[in-house]
Amino acid sequence: MRERKRDERTPVLQMVFHGAIASAIGIAVGLAIDWFPEGASTQAGPIDTLWDVLIVVSVPIFVTVSIIVLFSVRNFGMRPGEENLDGPPIHGNTRLEIVWTAIPAIILVALCTYAYVVLVDIEEAQANEMRINVVGQQFTWTFEYPQAGGKPVRSQQLYLPQDRPVRFYVKSLDVIHDFWVPAFRMKVDAVPGIETRYRVTPDRRGTYPVVCAELCGLGHAFMRVNAHVVSPQAFKSWLTKQKQPAQGASAEGEAPDGKALFAEGNGDATACGACHTLADAGTNASIGPDLDEALPGQDAAAIKASIVKPNAELSDGFQAGVMPPNYGDTLSPEELDALVEYLGEVAGK
Amino acid sequence: MKLRAPGFPRAGLFTALGVAFSYALILAVRGAYGYDPLLKGEAVLELSLIAAPLFFLVGLGAFDYWFRWASGAPTIPEEHSSHGAHSWRDYFKVNTDHKVIGIQYVVTSFFFLMVGGVLAMLMRAELAQPGRQFVDANTFNGLFSVHASILIFLFIIPVFAGLANYVLPLMIGAPDMAFPRLNALSFWMLPLAGLMMILSFFAPGGSFASGWTAYAPLSTTAPEGQVFFTIGVQFAGASSIATALNFLVTIITMRAPGMSFFRMPLLVWANFSTSLLVVIATPFVAASQFFVLFDRALGFNFFQSTNGGDVLMYQHVFWFYSHPAVYIMMLPGFGIISEVLAVKSRKPIFGYRMMAFSLLAIVALGFTVWAHHMFVSGMQDWIRIPMMITTAIIAVPTGIKIFSWLATLWRGVLHLDTPMLFALGFLSMFTLGGISGVMLAMIPVTIHVSDTYFIVAHIHYVLFGGSLLTIFAGVYYWFPKMTGRMYDEKLGKLHFWTTFIFFNATFAPMHLIGVQGMPRRVADYAEQFGNWNLFISIASFFVGLSTLIFVYNMVSSWRGGPRAVANPWRALTLEWQVSSPPPIFNFDAVPTVVGGPYEYGVPGAVHGIFGPARPADVPTPAGAPAPAESPKE
Repeated sequence: MRERKRDERTPVLQMVFHGAIASAIGIAVGLAIDWFPEGASTQAGPIDTLWDVLIVVSVPIFVTVSIIVLFSVRNFGMRPGEENLDGPPIHGNTRLEIVWTAIPAIILVALCTYAYVVLVDIEEAQANEMRINVVGQQFTWTFEYPQAGGKPVRSQQLYLPQDRPVRFYVKSLDVIHDFWVPAFRMKVDAVPGIETRYRVTPDRRGTYPVVCAELCGLGHAFMRVNAHVVSPQAFKSWLTKQKQPAQGASAEGEAPDGKALFAEGNGDATACGACHTLADAGTNASIGPDLDEALPGQDAAAIKASIVKPNAELSDGFQAGVMPPNYGDTLSPEELDALVEYLGEVAGK
Repeated sequence: MKLRAPGFPRAGLFTALGVAFSYALILAVRGAYGYDPLLKGEAVLELSLIAAPLFFLVGLGAFDYWFRWASGAPTIPEEHSSHGAHSWRDYFKVNTDHKVIGIQYVVTSFFFLMVGGVLAMLMRAELAQPGRQFVDANTFNGLFSVHASILIFLFIIPVFAGLANYVLPLMIGAPDMAFPRLNALSFWMLPLAGLMMILSFFAPGGSFASGWTAYAPLSTTAPEGQVFFTIGVQFAGASSIATALNFLVTIITMRAPGMSFFRMPLLVWANFSTSLLVVIATPFVAASQFFVLFDRALGFNFFQSTNGGDVLMYQHVFWFYSHPAVYIMMLPGFGIISEVLAVKSRKPIFGYRMMAFSLLAIVALGFTVWAHHMFVSGMQDWIRIPMMITTAIIAVPTGIKIFSWLATLWRGVLHLDTPMLFALGFLSMFTLGGISGVMLAMIPVTIHVSDTYFIVAHIHYVLFGGSLLTIFAGVYYWFPKMTGRMYDEKLGKLHFWTTFIFFNATFAPMHLIGVQGMPRRVADYAEQFGNWNLFISIASFFVGLSTLIFVYNMVSSWRGGPRAVANPWRALTLEWQVSSPPPIFNFDAVPTVVGGPYEYGVPGAVHGIFGPARPADVPTPAGAPAPAESPKE
């Protein structure tokens, strides 16, 4: 109950000094860290800047709390002989309480205002927007490029011309997915029953991962394709090539390699080996049935049916809807035949 | 085996009856509609999951008194044979003593903490390297789903209810909770809910694997394991609601003479606020899961968009509970910190009234921010703006609390023992969780980082760096009161430092890999995140090991620690003015409250006195009698 007799000179100046140094170091480190993946859209800049501002504001707040805790421990920690002492009975200080209510409120309102300005900026409509429909399904993406007066061009890979504003119209065929290109900084859920949208303007050429960010089932981690940002000329020629009938592609080259298709896919369809184990092709995934066990004894017709209509007949312990049902579309007939032929050989071994 | 008396044998028999009842009802209904096949395993399972636990509770004896009363059979209102614990066996019975129930709650919750922790270790083992090592994708999705569900519904929420169950009636000078039998029932629903979630791993198709959020339509089309979550949540939620009602009535009606609202310890204020949140919000999560159950079991189309269902509605209903749930998991911790900091700094809480009002402000604002979980869900764009503002503004009352605690430390005499270390650790770590929370309020940031490891980092800084550290502080702080023994201070400090260091090593890097683009809830990830994940996994195993120090300390100290005096911390609140552990009805004489709860440093100040004239500032200094073995009567 007695008050202690100790040098009560409050070390406020010292704390401000240490706090300022710690904040400066913290901010420097916070800004030096390479937080984001390389930005590839005009949306990335404002978001990355907002992030930096948040770092600059946040570090001093954390430093303030930590410094007060640390100095309290150092200066006011109980020493031998003080076991029965009490601190001074300070019950509060209205002025101080108003200050630490008002200042955070002002900072927060300012940050919200800034964030709102950034939001309006990154979502602003642009002239000459290109529409792309994005369709999510377990566990793949399909991108549709509507063509005036014709069938839309469909692709399993996302191709975008540099510096052309794009608006994605996102849908889902089954459960919720999320269409995210980390390099663009933007994402939105693909929701069954409604169409969601967002805009980006890709501004850097390159290949960037497209990630499904909403848990969508067994293959969620593998629901990945690539976004290719290419020059407008390259985009145009890609689009033209896509418009030609599918056999055009394989007619010009040699016959497709079934084993390579199994292990690596064709750039459009997800590789079989991403989900299936097959020793001959050197894959060891376990999303779908182990083909070393399931394959032997199957004939070509059964193999083809399992690829094109995966839900018609299921292996024990596997549910319907795990395997994308669109391999009949994403593989050309030649590729499908090559794959069936290859698997038939393995099955016969 | 006494099958007619309440207890586990009868409960087992009744559980079997419950399953039989489910078979009979399904056969009868399917027969009446002429469905083929007549017996459907899924239907029986779903009904059994609801019926068997209820039958179990009846068999255990949780309803005996009410049944007797309702049927007009003689009851003994003042019968106390189910009060107090005389041996460890009494903890496995339906007991109406709030102190026994409190310990039942805390021990059960910590059992589930261990289960949830082991699941986390398994996840981190898989994530240590890219590619697949130990578990397949389905098991992995199950691991994180059950991990989160158990730690939220079976650890954090009930452990706070358990601590408050023990100390809250003591703090307000009450002999027990307002509804002791309801209290017992609320406890016994919990192990059933937890067991259900664990057993889901044995369900056909594996455990529930759609996350603790169970978003439709993934959850409505998932294998049977999903219903173990859907129904388990109902029992955990019902338990939570019943306890909250009990707390509200106890606090409002059973305070000792002189205990005005503004003389209540802040732990009582915190549980008052929490209970308001629980009573208003928890029915929403129950509803969301019933919708899922109806979609699955009865072919409703709440969430089937092809039949007019609305997928986003699930998320709105779910988060209307699950955001306030974050405060349900934090406000009681705020209460614990206020107790520990005032006592261990030997100073009054700075700005007591603002501390109480800020709790109520958080309750009110907590209901206005739920859609910040849905910034990228595809809901109407305009809703994001008000939700951003309210989400940011809720940091103001939280900030008031942080600054008031810091001011409480200032110029105190800081006793830096284990509860205090955890309290100070909480102050700094929770501030980090709050800061990342404000960053997440900013819509453009959230658009990029939602569903990434940044979210995982944020939630663990709030729930581990926030809630769990306050839970450890509270358990160490009241351990002498609850067990009558002192814990080992050296082991306690070792526990703090290992937890604090490896907690940060585990979760701090997650901020970075999240912003860099690693999504959450994936068993496999891009090679570039490999090194950080290995580092995180190794650190997380040390977090797991540090918990073993805690368990060893608790078990060995409870069995053979030095006897605790009535008031080892020289605290003023009422629970410390009675023996450790307290007498069977808490107070031999009704206390009268004559001042504030935190008048440290005020010469001669007391909070409560026993009897009109006798000042209570001379509590029994001698060692209290052994805990369970020697009841007063």
